[in-house]
Amino acid sequence: MIRFFAHANYDFIGVRRYAYMVTAALFAVGLLGLVVWRLNYSIEFTGGTLVRVKAEPGTNVGQLRSALDAQGLKGAEIQAFGAPGEFIVRARTAKEGTDADNTQVTRAAVVSALDQVVGAGKYTVQKGEAVGPKVGGELRTKALLAIVYSFLAVLAYLAYRFEWRFGLAAIAATAHDIILTIGFIALMRLEVSLVVVGAVLSMVGYSLNDTIIIFDRVRENLHKYKRDHFADILNRSVNETLPRSILTHGTSLATLTALAIFGGEVIRPFALVMFFGVFTGTFSSIYIASPVLMWIEHKWPGADARGVKQAARAAGAGEKREPVGAKG
Amino acid sequence: MVVTSLKTRIGLIVAMVAASIVALIPRNTTIRERGPDGVMRDTVIKQVPLKRGLDLQGGMHLGLELDQSKRVSADVSRDIDLALTVLRKRIDEFGVTEPLIQKQGDSRVVVELAGISDPDRARGIVQKSAFLEFRITDRSEALDKALPAMDRVLQRLGVKAPTGVAPATPSAVTQLLQGDTAKKEAITKDSAAAARDTTPVVGGVLSGLIQTASTAGFQLYPGEYLVEKGAVPLVDSLLRIPDVAALFPRRFEYRWSGNDLSVGAKAYQLLYVLEDRPIVTGSSLVDAKEDIDPLTSGPIVTFELDRKGARDFGEGTGRNVGNYMAIILDDKVQGRPPVIQERIERRGQITLSGKTFQEARDLALTLRAGALPVPLKIVEEQQVGASLGEDSINKGILAGIVGTSMVVLIMVGIYRKSGGLAVAALAFYILFSLGALSMLGATLTLPGLAGLILSVGIAVDANVLIFERIREELALGKTVRLSIDEGFRHAMNAIVDSNVTTVMTALFLFQFGTGPVKGFAVTLTIGIIASMITAVFVTRTFYMIWLDRQPTMQTLSI
Repeated sequence: MIRFFAHANYDFIGVRRYAYMVTAALFAVGLLGLVVWRLNYSIEFTGGTLVRVKAEPGTNVGQLRSALDAQGLKGAEIQAFGAPGEFIVRARTAKEGTDADNTQVTRAAVVSALDQVVGAGKYTVQKGEAVGPKVGGELRTKALLAIVYSFLAVLAYLAYRFEWRFGLAAIAATAHDIILTIGFIALMRLEVSLVVVGAVLSMVGYSLNDTIIIFDRVRENLHKYKRDHFADILNRSVNETLPRSILTHGTSLATLTALAIFGGEVIRPFALVMFFGVFTGTFSSIYIASPVLMWIEHKWPGADARGVKQAARAAGAGEKREPVGAKG
Repeated sequence: MVVTSLKTRIGLIVAMVAASIVALIPRNTTIRERGPDGVMRDTVIKQVPLKRGLDLQGGMHLGLELDQSKRVSADVSRDIDLALTVLRKRIDEFGVTEPLIQKQGDSRVVVELAGISDPDRARGIVQKSAFLEFRITDRSEALDKALPAMDRVLQRLGVKAPTGVAPATPSAVTQLLQGDTAKKEAITKDSAAAARDTTPVVGGVLSGLIQTASTAGFQLYPGEYLVEKGAVPLVDSLLRIPDVAALFPRRFEYRWSGNDLSVGAKAYQLLYVLEDRPIVTGSSLVDAKEDIDPLTSGPIVTFELDRKGARDFGEGTGRNVGNYMAIILDDKVQGRPPVIQERIERRGQITLSGKTFQEARDLALTLRAGALPVPLKIVEEQQVGASLGEDSINKGILAGIVGTSMVVLIMVGIYRKSGGLAVAALAFYILFSLGALSMLGATLTLPGLAGLILSVGIAVDANVLIFERIREELALGKTVRLSIDEGFRHAMNAIVDSNVTTVMTALFLFQFGTGPVKGFAVTLTIGIIASMITAVFVTRTFYMIWLDRQPTMQTLSI
């Protein structure tokens, strides 16, 4: 029988201060990345025109750039992509002096620049995207709302299933994950596209999942070891769920690796963000969610403060409950 | 568990497997396409009934809004509804399999066309307003007479004739228009007096740019004027200056020609002065067909009018025999106006000079489907070539195979025979997920494919939770049977709680995302539900069968 960390007894909670330092350092690096490079939003969010072209290798990029300038598309980006001869033209601003929401004007300008330099019929448009600033703005708002609403919904659910302290601790861990992931996106110079936002939200789900598995164990152990210190219970719970964590993360990372290597350019950023998310999610479940729960418990102790609400309910009303304060 | 009898369990699993397989059996699908000869035909092909998104199949997604820069909409919501009906008719005739045409919010229409091979044409069909009008051209040389007065106004505004040929960049126009405001006010006062003065202005801007029948070295019809192609934007903007527009002949409007005209080495566009009231418009049209002109063998479109339209047309043409009639489509005059030989009633034809038969066909199509109340602009577009989509599928399948193999290796390597059960459950999981996708008619997109592959890795989580729990119970010295029961029972809470939160985030993702991301949210949700069913129900049943066969099992391979 192969068992990883079967009877692990690491003092996770005891070393939490070092973990905070790691978090702080990562925050700092991420923040630096954000300041230096900013987030690189895809045109889905900023509005603009993107044309992915396949032509014979050896297209004169300089010529194409000046042709784009002449068409009134100043600062359009040209980026090699995939096989030789394949490239992406990205115009973030609309053709000068035109209605930016009428995307076809800008698109036509890109196409005529390509016709001039590459030659009409000598290239194929593999993919085209054109987004007006209005649509882009709507999408930004929607993405933000989706994240906020999912936070609230999860908080409500956790408050219902566990109690509000657990919900708050889980949200704190998730917020930590999102901030770190944004830093990661900035550092890796990944483009923030819809797919990447999707990855961030999935990562939120994944990380919550991990936190909940540990909390579920905490809930159980609180009932089982009523007299123990809260910190010991947390430690025990983390250690007990450790084999599961290692394995599940292992299989998730296996599929994510496959996706990152073989999935192609569209999927790669998704896989990378999730890949990072698996690590930060694990880290935050142990070092953010649990200590925050402990801190909340210390700050607002109460009859039901130890998550024994459910346990007490199960045990029946007759049993006398002993309020045990935790030491932070 | 509610269902305890092994027979019932097996029965349920068999039923789910059967349903999934039935849902996935390749079936005949009819593809409605217009062949190269323009005839609509149905092709029947056999394929697995899984809807592929535009990013996997290739195709086009368009977000359209009213373009009110030329024609202002009185009621946006109503006009969008009208546009929706018109677009449905047009796309139906264009021949696309299962197009999606729907309203989004109050002011947007979303069109999704899968597998189209000619995006430019599709864009044209969707965007063309197809607003058809017939108008009589001016015979009174009204513009010739008004030009001097217009020039005088321009002179006082400080607009000078451009040096050189015709610099027609928009920036040049704005420079020209930067007149002195004080001067402007002065002009308004005596523009009425100026209007009466018809003596030509020396070096007049408009007279220099607009060639009349007398100045052009070219045979012009009544109401036709010649403007060098490069100068068209300039002339257009000059004629729109309010003080100049006020001097434009009353009861007349101007339109530009849709085609260029080459005289010698130079390209020109024709400026038409037309009666401001059309004798008939496209709304009276009941039919339009593409055809070949027997004389020139060029493309034409023949049309038929309804009764009221025929009456108006007959009256209008009868009154104007010998006059010229311009055919205007989307504010552009089509070809040179023909002379009205006799009263025309129900049927007529539009000659399309310099156009292809394809264009004639598309014009007939859009005319038949009716005009858009207000032109549409594309505010959002996604277009994916079919080859790129196929490439994505192949890459996804490869990633799926590699990823799944690794998961299988890990599970069997660590949990041995129990891992084997989990892998078998995983096969059921994949089958159930695909079957559910097909049954729900959900669309598989590229991120969705990624979600499906990722969920293979995550789906085993429930099994891992259960197995770890069983191991703990075994370590406590419990019997195999008891350990399995306890393991499943204790792991349930964690499985349910963690999956519910994931489904919740997926639902929000669904609500905010567009096509591809929506597809991801759907596959993720289906994947989670399917994984719960397989991990909790199917694996448990496997264990029950196993224990049934070896009731005396002392050690569990886990």
